[in-house]
Amino acid sequence: MRAPTPSQTVGPFFDFCLTPNTRHGRLFPASASRLRLRVRVLDGDGEPVPDAVVEIWQEGDAPGGAPSFGRLGTQEDGTCEFDTVRPCDPAEGAAHVNICLFARGLLRHLHTRLYFGGDPRLPRDPVLALVPESRRATLVARAHSDDDAGSKDPAYGKDPAYSFDIRLQGPQETVFFDV
Amino acid sequence: MAEIDCARAHDGSEPLLFYPDYVSTRLRAPSQPLVMLPERLSDVTAPVYGWWTPDDLDSDLTLQRPEEPQGQRIIVSGQLLDEDEHPIAGALIELWQANAAGRYAHSRDDHPAPLDPNFTGAGRTLTRTDGRYTFTTIRPGAYPWRNHDNAWRPAHIHFSIFGRNFRHRLVTQMYFPGDPMMAYDPIYQSIPDPRARERLISRYDLSLTKPEWALGYAFDIVVRGRNATPFETPR
Repeated sequence: MRAPTPSQTVGPFFDFCLTPNTRHGRLFPASASRLRLRVRVLDGDGEPVPDAVVEIWQEGDAPGGAPSFGRLGTQEDGTCEFDTVRPCDPAEGAAHVNICLFARGLLRHLHTRLYFGGDPRLPRDPVLALVPESRRATLVARAHSDDDAGSKDPAYGKDPAYSFDIRLQGPQETVFFDV
Repeated sequence: MAEIDCARAHDGSEPLLFYPDYVSTRLRAPSQPLVMLPERLSDVTAPVYGWWTPDDLDSDLTLQRPEEPQGQRIIVSGQLLDEDEHPIAGALIELWQANAAGRYAHSRDDHPAPLDPNFTGAGRTLTRTDGRYTFTTIRPGAYPWRNHDNAWRPAHIHFSIFGRNFRHRLVTQMYFPGDPMMAYDPIYQSIPDPRARERLISRYDLSLTKPEWALGYAFDIVVRGRNATPFETPR
């Protein structure tokens, strides 16, 4: 047995290595079930976190494919936007995107999950069932159709879009998992 | 807040999320209990990072520019393992750091120390079949930050590691033996158990040292192989 190496914060100066461009945010450029995911990270005062790394780990839109990975840094307004697809429904539970979050001030990264608002499978999801009912909504992204969140990639401009706020603290604090 | 944290933080082997001496944790560390995700529901089995194929230049930070960077040339090498000591092959390791003067090639780093046009400070490599990796780089300088009065970070290199699955993911920092600034650094001190902290300190290694060329430092990286955390009931 070897004891694990402890975590340390990603710090503020990662982007020239981890997020040097935005292409990691486009996961499936040619799929029919593509969508936009706009993730926003907020601190305990509700202020945007402009120096977070958001990683998404998800299944593709058909079962059996390799999981996909995307990674973006947040902008000044705390947001980043992925062009991806809606992951396929798992055998058990509801479609979701796994999120790893890193930032200055996070000594370990945080794990959360993004589910899709309106999904009829949500009540049957075994992970949501582990979460206190009053906090489940923090894991559900909301669909929106406003054009102001237009994708950076014109090809995605008219695709469905979901927004997901990650609140690090406060009354609406997002649920984080110990995986 | 500490009691809401995960079991590995309770046993002192991982940093606490809320560690007020590190000021940035005060508004960013979650205050609600983490929800334990049982292993059978932790569903991502393999990372996919097909955006990049390895290139030797990526692991030698002294060769990425037309001229060599300033500073002490070092070799950092080690093995990536899981807790059961199985080597992890083909894993992506990314590394970033300040230059020899303690300055990052980053627009938001305003420390008045010189930038080095011949040093990007970023590297990456894939572990070999025995889990080993090697970088050639420059020993980074210490640098000031504004966490508290006269605060300086000890010299360190940031590491990002992808193992075989979602739970192997690790971002950490490697330190150098004998650095007096570790005693005053709240990021290093946020790990309660001193033996766990010391796992972040590289070891000077004469066998890695290349005569008349570069000093060698050994740094093995161990990712968690399983989850031994008991279920935490929200309060």
